[in-house]
Amino acid sequence: MTTLRFSTAGSVDDGKSTLIGRLLFDTKGAYEDQIEAVKKSKVNRSGREIDLSLLTDGLNAEREQGITIDVAYRFFATATRRFRIADTPGHEQYTRNMATGASTSDAAIILVDAIKGVSRQTLRHATISHLLGIEHLIFAINKMDAMAWSEDVFNAIKAKLTEQSSRWPGAKLHYLPVSALDGDNVAWRSEKVTWYNGPSLLDLLETLEVSPAAAPFRFPVQYVVRPGDGFRGFAGRIASGEVHPGDAIVVLPSGRRATVKEISTFDGPLAKAHEGQSVTLVLNEEVDISRGDLIALETARPELSRHFEADLVWMAEEPLEPDTPYLLRSATRELNARITRIEWALDPETGNHLKANSAHLNDILRVSIETTQPLAFDPYTRCRETGSLILVHHRTNRTIAAGMIVRGTQKTVRTTESLAFDLGPVTPGERVERYGHMPAVLTSKDPDLLERILFEHGALVLRWQGDIPKQLEDSGAIIIADHGLEVPTDNTLEFLEAAGILLRRNNFISGEGI
Amino acid sequence: MQSGHLDHLEAESIHILREVASNFARPVILYSVGKDSSVLVHLARKAFFPGKIPFPLVHIDTTYEYPELIEFRDWFVKEIDANLIVHVKEEAVAQGTNPYSLGTAKCCSLLRTRALVEGLQKLQADAAIGGARRDEEKSRAKERVFSFRNQFGQWDPKDQRPELWNLYNPKVDPGESMRVFPLSNWTEFDIWNYLHRERIPIVPLYYAAPREVYVRGNTLIPVKANVNALPGEKSQIRMCRMRSLGCTPCSGAIESDADTIPKIIEELFSFRRSERENRVIDHDQEGSMEIKKREGYF
Repeated sequence: MTTLRFSTAGSVDDGKSTLIGRLLFDTKGAYEDQIEAVKKSKVNRSGREIDLSLLTDGLNAEREQGITIDVAYRFFATATRRFRIADTPGHEQYTRNMATGASTSDAAIILVDAIKGVSRQTLRHATISHLLGIEHLIFAINKMDAMAWSEDVFNAIKAKLTEQSSRWPGAKLHYLPVSALDGDNVAWRSEKVTWYNGPSLLDLLETLEVSPAAAPFRFPVQYVVRPGDGFRGFAGRIASGEVHPGDAIVVLPSGRRATVKEISTFDGPLAKAHEGQSVTLVLNEEVDISRGDLIALETARPELSRHFEADLVWMAEEPLEPDTPYLLRSATRELNARITRIEWALDPETGNHLKANSAHLNDILRVSIETTQPLAFDPYTRCRETGSLILVHHRTNRTIAAGMIVRGTQKTVRTTESLAFDLGPVTPGERVERYGHMPAVLTSKDPDLLERILFEHGALVLRWQGDIPKQLEDSGAIIIADHGLEVPTDNTLEFLEAAGILLRRNNFISGEGI
Repeated sequence: MQSGHLDHLEAESIHILREVASNFARPVILYSVGKDSSVLVHLARKAFFPGKIPFPLVHIDTTYEYPELIEFRDWFVKEIDANLIVHVKEEAVAQGTNPYSLGTAKCCSLLRTRALVEGLQKLQADAAIGGARRDEEKSRAKERVFSFRNQFGQWDPKDQRPELWNLYNPKVDPGESMRVFPLSNWTEFDIWNYLHRERIPIVPLYYAAPREVYVRGNTLIPVKANVNALPGEKSQIRMCRMRSLGCTPCSGAIESDADTIPKIIEELFSFRRSERENRVIDHDQEGSMEIKKREGYF
């Protein structure tokens, strides 16, 4: 049995809480005593014997205001599938919660009030659901009972939504006529609708197929398990793809390589592990890996960059502070980041790109982000886990934005002001510290091999023909030229160590390899 | 690709437990000794295998606990080689706090809620992991997995941190803390199925047996030394079991002959009443669980 996670969104009076109440009630997902409590409640806005919307409206404040103000998670099961509902508010000011509910959902039920037709909110909900990567958009056209189950009403709404569908590329769209109040086409097929041959909402939910993440093996390292008996494992949850013992992997951002020795779990080692599993990887080589690193297959690496574009949903009351470094969390990595540019703001109702100079609560923005250290990532559309991020305010600790990475961008020329915020320019000493070698000019009978060896060991290495400019010589790089210190083609690293050029080997891959 | 849903829930919970270990200095597991915390502890063993659970198990002992529970607790922590810390709100106990003279709301506030907040302060815990589930009660359905608490241990349901994907914001300032709920997305069925699949031991009170009880409406209160009979009340022997373990005077049993987990699961399928109904405390005022949680109850 699998779980389908879906979100529900709708405007205040679309009947969303009633629809969920109906699903819980008709699938026996609500407990009898909860139903009794609802029956006894003094509030009943439904005009029916029981106000099913009260089954989900949890907080006191909501009961008072009659609106849902936060995300509520509900569970029910049928004989074939288990369901998790993220019930998200449709009120405009709570867009952030809608995004929250959508972030972990495979499908979205978008309520459309048949009396009012397609509203701005309907389009907003569809756009946000699509932005958060939801594969299935289910338009439940509700209150059909109040429209005498008119086929024309249904078709007009469907046509209007289909017209807009180019705004949600890749999404699978579904349309259903329902009455949440009476239950028609929710958990069972209604006999009142002769012209509709499709499934009931529950039938549809039971049979929807969810695609796995498109990216190859990705493993964000969460925790290093070192019980002190020589065991050293890297614990995490596989974000996409699968892994086997013997696979050649690369650790990012360091670029160090190794092979998988064992997939360790409490229940014994595994021959294979796949997306969604929490496991511990043991490697053959002793490689320096810590939390925040991303392990990938050597042959199928993610992007690695300090510059990328992302779509942000602004989550906080406090507006964007330009030039302020925020804490960026993506998978298990945490680093400092800055929004360098707002490309546009998205109007989720019209799909238009608007000019924007700042960000406020519930804004959706395409931005450029710069991080202090390189981040390994995938586009969000290929992997939610390695393509998502949150920004946390350093002073208030609040989550101020959530983001979906679109693509990496390269910047080669940078001014001193944009350098690592207040760290200032990079000094030769910092380069020695980072790369673990002195600057040098080398020559070899096999310069290709020498360059490969040094590159794979993390050196800053360049090839040069002719006279070497002074600036380049001072850069801290190892330059392979047609003159300079002759390096033998075997025992290369030992030679460079003895020559005082290579200062450390400890960060590099030891054991097998080059 | 998706495996069975219990595997999925297990993997998600393990991920959450590892996030706690990586992001906090002094996390603790709140160990109530109930079936949910038994699952929680089992998951923690899995999360850090072959290492030991890197945080202590904290039990808030109200002094109204079932003796069977205490006996099981001491056996279990020894069995799995875990570090147990027991906290009792001594001054409230010394003042004779009891539900009969103070009422259940006040008694619970002192012996459970205040004791918890005090215990966590004493341990300087910056994260407390609990076994609460979103399917238990309406206000829990809205709670985050990483749920922020201010310096007074209080929850503000109107100002929760947005929580997207499985990307948590664990940042707290000194004095503030996080409550973390790795079982958020589990249901009561999932808990039982998992206990069965993994052969996790639980307090025997969960299994049906003939017990001496007071019959109070639908609720059966087992007769214990610190449970007072109501005027004129006589105890009876009934075949019954506990659906959730609270204090002796305030948590009731249900009539049942389910003495194995498969029988309990079968019973749940045919008989659906939410498990907290037999806890008196949730019903003492409208929205009462939400009020307790605002004060710092788990």
